[in-house]
Amino acid sequence: MSVDPPPASPPPDYLAAGVTVRSWLLTHDHKRVALLYLFTITAFFAIAAVAAALMRWELLTPDADLVTPDIYNRLFTLHGVLMVWFFLIPSIPNVLGNFLLPLMLGAPDVAFPRLNLASWYIFLAGGLLVLQAILTGGVDTGWTFYTPYSSTYANGQVMLMAAGVFVAGFSSIATGLNFIVTIHKFRAPGLTWFRLPLFVWSLYATSLILVLATPVLAITLLLIVLERGFGIGIFDPRLGGDPLLFQHLFWFYSHPAVYIMILPGMGVVSETIACFARKRIFGYRVVACSSLAIAVLGFLVWGHHMFVSSQSVYAGLVFSLLSFLVSVPSAVKVFNWTATFHRASIRFDTPLLYALGFMALFTIGGLTGLFLATLAVDVHVHDTYFVIAHFHYIMVGGMVMAYLGGIHYWWPKISGRLYPEGLARVSALVIFLGFNLTFFPQFVLGYLGMPRRYHIYPPEFQVLNVLSTAGASLLGLGYLLPLVYLTWSFFRGPPAGANPWRATGLEWTTASPPPERNFAESPVVSGGPYDYPEPARE
Amino acid sequence: MIASPVLLAWATGLESASSISPRVDALFRGLLVAGSGMAALLLVANLTLLIRYRAGSRAQRGPVNLPVNLIEAGWIAATTVVFVAFFAWGASVYLDMERPPAGGVRIEIVARQWMWDVRHANGRRELDTLHVPAGETVRLELSSEDVIHSLFVPAFRVKQDVVPGKVVTTWFEATRPGRYRLYCSQYCGTKHAGMTGEVVVLPPAEYAAWLGRGDASGEIAARGRAALVRNGCTGCHSPGGTVRAPVLEGLHGRRIPLADGSFVLVDTAYLRDSILEPNRQVAAGFDPVMPSFKGIIPEGELLDIIAYLRVANEGTKP
Repeated sequence: MSVDPPPASPPPDYLAAGVTVRSWLLTHDHKRVALLYLFTITAFFAIAAVAAALMRWELLTPDADLVTPDIYNRLFTLHGVLMVWFFLIPSIPNVLGNFLLPLMLGAPDVAFPRLNLASWYIFLAGGLLVLQAILTGGVDTGWTFYTPYSSTYANGQVMLMAAGVFVAGFSSIATGLNFIVTIHKFRAPGLTWFRLPLFVWSLYATSLILVLATPVLAITLLLIVLERGFGIGIFDPRLGGDPLLFQHLFWFYSHPAVYIMILPGMGVVSETIACFARKRIFGYRVVACSSLAIAVLGFLVWGHHMFVSSQSVYAGLVFSLLSFLVSVPSAVKVFNWTATFHRASIRFDTPLLYALGFMALFTIGGLTGLFLATLAVDVHVHDTYFVIAHFHYIMVGGMVMAYLGGIHYWWPKISGRLYPEGLARVSALVIFLGFNLTFFPQFVLGYLGMPRRYHIYPPEFQVLNVLSTAGASLLGLGYLLPLVYLTWSFFRGPPAGANPWRATGLEWTTASPPPERNFAESPVVSGGPYDYPEPARE
Repeated sequence: MIASPVLLAWATGLESASSISPRVDALFRGLLVAGSGMAALLLVANLTLLIRYRAGSRAQRGPVNLPVNLIEAGWIAATTVVFVAFFAWGASVYLDMERPPAGGVRIEIVARQWMWDVRHANGRRELDTLHVPAGETVRLELSSEDVIHSLFVPAFRVKQDVVPGKVVTTWFEATRPGRYRLYCSQYCGTKHAGMTGEVVVLPPAEYAAWLGRGDASGEIAARGRAALVRNGCTGCHSPGGTVRAPVLEGLHGRRIPLADGSFVLVDTAYLRDSILEPNRQVAAGFDPVMPSFKGIIPEGELLDIIAYLRVANEGTKP
């Protein structure tokens, strides 16, 4: 039976290829998996953001007047656990990475499409376990699970929550593995390593960390469960264990995890700056290699979380020096982005506004990181609001700004539609201002000595806390705006066309939204990633 | 924007009340100046370029032959040099923070959920308040009965985690009499935020008078003696004991031979080890039969027992 196919009509785009629930839940399409992640992590983000809002409102006055101490302690634990493992770590890699990696490589899909879908289910299972832990009593250990508090003393669902994070870790490993193999084996003809977009480089570095570090987290959580559930002495000195062993294991994962939470953001920023400056990124090779340098050095600095833990003085010295050195490649990236603007032709659309916001906030976060790497200063500001402000400047000011910038930049590709540019610029500004008002005062609070994880505080700290709470309210509003207008745009926005930004990059050479297999025929690459035409006067 | 927190921090001014705090502040301000300078430089560079090269501007474009490798090497080297300089500055202050000067006042603090149990050398106790003399080195020997706590006195720029299972030492020299806030800065459970207190710095003479008013060495010794009996120690460690074990009174401050032929000075650390890890350094002539009391004798009682043995020694000295 050989019937000639009818004359080829263009294949349906990936959104139109199936509309049933089944077609989504059993999809092998990396773009659909990316959207599954998008919905899931948005839900987790919303829950964790509500927890943050409740904490900020509690901190409006020095007394405990909104929630009990136990509730407050549960709020910051769930905020940390959900934001770190169920929003930040999967945010750019699993949403934008999943969507874009095969498109950027000129490939029809990731290397293991079924594993990709499985990793979403594993992630969802982990998330549901965590939600169950929250609903059946909560956990009050903080997201850091320090022992022996978590393993022996804490009440609540520590084991269930640890199980949730443990399970979600396998999703990270599966995704990391999938990306590494995809980048090695699925590059289009002619797409050599130094022709890869910088976003791909950052995903590669991130995936290496995911695969190498996450197993250590799994081991650490398992050890907590062994001690808590079976009384096997590992961390509690009463059982013959060592509490600091936990901190070494935990930060051996969790410091590299900080780079999981920033490297992909740097990749997004490189893509946006190149597009809106219409220029090749200055020092492309150095920027690409700096991602790898960060990934490697990031494994050697975990002890800087332990300067006052009573670890050895000499360990402190070594970790301090290495922490300064890991900042060099990050600083180099900022210099290179700045230099890219030289002789560029810059358009200030929303994605670039987010990228500029990233540069400003990441610079402040990075510079205050140097304060914390400085031994004698860290002794004073460790475990205070200075640290809270610092890592929010990196993770929210950096990663979330980059995530939102990336969502806007690739929104036409994802949805096939345009978003309202004016409203988007306004919300980018609101988010930037709200963020700074929330977290700037916290640097001062920390320097003045306000410890973290306090729901009550001395009256002299109130003014700064009120400022911070006001900022958080503004920030909350800023986050709602894109949620609303992007949802509107998804259904009603004007069609975007294949390449509304006139950007280079293989993802822009196919239709928006792309067809199921991405490209009608495999593209052949003959040049670098950012070969913009000479920016003559336009 | 960069300058506002700097000014705010300087204006609100955290009290500086220890010998080390001016040095930490100098370092902090050095970092602020360098960091703000770098941020300002980047801000000016970016704003200049962004405005000059906005789309449609008349600025000159087209390729220029910049020595890219030289530029990259230049800023990598420059940042590395500056960073390492700050590392060295921070490390030099830190080493002095970690090395207590000889002598001074020794105070034991037991942390537990959720209080600071302070024991002065003469046996006087207080909760959540720490009286210290101004102008003298104060060595704190910190231990925890349950989870990790952290002693934090912002005005002194002192912070030290208190880790269960070991004694951690930190020190400060308060320079100005006054009252300063004390916090627990390591999350320790429900009432973590309530585990706060006050450091009261007194002129040395007043401190001595304060200490004398509450001399409780008799009391603490009695408590330690009672703890020895209650935990069954005296069943063996007395002249008519069921098992042959050394009599404890009078041992403190002596050098004794060990089973492996070496000698050890019986000090606080050895007494503590012998209760918690009895078979590590066994006295010569005795069988290694004592069980560990780790997790059985609470930290507070342990300190009472050791205090009793120190005092009992003074009574029996020839």
